[in-house]
Amino acid sequence: MKLDLITSLYVFMLAAFIGFEVIRRVSPLLHTPLMSLTNALDAIAVVGAIILAGEHKSQLAAILGTIAIVAATSNIVGGFLITDRMLRMFKSSGPKRS
Amino acid sequence: MPTDTLIEISYLVATVLFILSLKWLSSPTTARQGVWAGEIGMALAIAGTLLYKGIVDYKLVVIGLVLGVIIGVPLGKVAMTAVPQRTALSHAFGALCVTLVGTSEFYLRAPNIAPFMMAVLSMEVILGSLTFTGSLMAAGKLQEILPQRPITYKGQNFVNLGMLALAIAIAVILVLHPEQMRLFPAMIIIPLIFGVMLVVPIGGADMPTVISLLNSYAGLSAAAMGFVLNSKLLIIAGALDGSSGFILSVIMSKAMNRSFTNVLFGGFGQIQAAATGAQEQRTAKSATAEEAAAILAAANKVVIVPGYGMAVAQAQHKVRELFDALTKRGVDVTFGIHPVAGRMPGHMNVLLAEADIPYDKLLDMDAVNGDMAQTDVALVIGANDVTNPAARTDASSPIFGMPILDVDKARTVMVIKRSMAAGFAGIDNPLYYLDQTLMLFGDAKNFVGNIVRELSGGGDHH
Repeated sequence: MKLDLITSLYVFMLAAFIGFEVIRRVSPLLHTPLMSLTNALDAIAVVGAIILAGEHKSQLAAILGTIAIVAATSNIVGGFLITDRMLRMFKSSGPKRS
Repeated sequence: MPTDTLIEISYLVATVLFILSLKWLSSPTTARQGVWAGEIGMALAIAGTLLYKGIVDYKLVVIGLVLGVIIGVPLGKVAMTAVPQRTALSHAFGALCVTLVGTSEFYLRAPNIAPFMMAVLSMEVILGSLTFTGSLMAAGKLQEILPQRPITYKGQNFVNLGMLALAIAIAVILVLHPEQMRLFPAMIIIPLIFGVMLVVPIGGADMPTVISLLNSYAGLSAAAMGFVLNSKLLIIAGALDGSSGFILSVIMSKAMNRSFTNVLFGGFGQIQAAATGAQEQRTAKSATAEEAAAILAAANKVVIVPGYGMAVAQAQHKVRELFDALTKRGVDVTFGIHPVAGRMPGHMNVLLAEADIPYDKLLDMDAVNGDMAQTDVALVIGANDVTNPAARTDASSPIFGMPILDVDKARTVMVIKRSMAAGFAGIDNPLYYLDQTLMLFGDAKNFVGNIVRELSGGGDHH
């Protein structure tokens, strides 16, 4: 148990460093899509909610878990959709669209 | 292969895809690939989770997923002008998910919770619940359901910090005595109220920083949830989101020359009242669309500086027509975009990209400022404080030290504005009284439309 938590701390620390290094390079041009994409990825919390609702260990856990699935799934679907819509709009002046 | 291994492998691949997804987002040419990587990773992780043997009740899971899709699709199709409030709303949903899972985990495990576990669980629900209401408030303000003006009262900071301290104190008690289960609801309710109180005093112009900060909190609370569930995938996704929000908050704060604490606890409105005291009467020159069109047509290099006012007036498509008309005449037109222009990071870029303006014409502050002295016309549309030269010169100005777009260094400055009334923060802008400045009074959309008509031949054949 203790070891798990220590490992988790290592994982968190390394991921935070990767996050800083990768996201520092994102052009200010794309800061809005960046936020909606990280938001969609963050909704991976849905896996915890699925297990909670699916295990059905208590009435409370099942109900709260189901609401949590709804909230996270709407972020996944909405987040990816809008990020892609935004990115499709970014065109360079190279090939001109008529 | 045992199912558990299969699930772990799906999570591992998802993690790699998530990191690649963000890496590819660094450039507009690979960014869409990044979205696909994220989508595949997400699908894999969900499919893997559904294989989990512990799931006995698929009915609720399916109901949840279907409802989520039904709500998510319209949220992915909102107008581009509504993206800031949509983003705030999605922070709220993410935080809601985390808080609900944390709450369930507490009641499933209490009172047998180890101290470290209880500490991360507390962090999860405190951050989650304050982000939930804080983001809802931000979304309400952005959607203009709630008043945009900062609401401040005496002792506000004391009340807010007191509430936060109380929530943390409860967390400490629960870490030491997890059997005190009746305290748990208070640890959710107090941060819920705190979240509301935190955003109440924050005005529209500070929204970019606040949204970024809430983004960071949402990520951190998800990472804390990863600790509770011992899910490396969730820890990594949360850490990525948290660091992204943090980086954006730092960029936004720097762009306003303010600290986080100043944004959250400063109350922009109060300082200015004193600062804008004595004021001699100065005159500003104004010009018509015809005159503006003539000056623009004669220019070699034009920089357009858009602000939130352009979004409010829905003028971006008319601006695109202006861009086309001038480009056709051989004028070099670029856009100078301040990091905090608009209501969220990158807001102006998205609106202009939607209007089909090529992204290589959208330049950031440093790129534009370097060329400002060689610029014939700087056209300011709906921006105010980010062009205020007082930020450079007047130490008594509340925005002194804030990096600005140096439009006053251009040969001619044109400012499209409804009237001489001061902007959001109520700060007087000396730019308007400079010799080379022409005020173009009117609605941004109509005025730009009139200039375009003049450029295309006085409106005769259009």
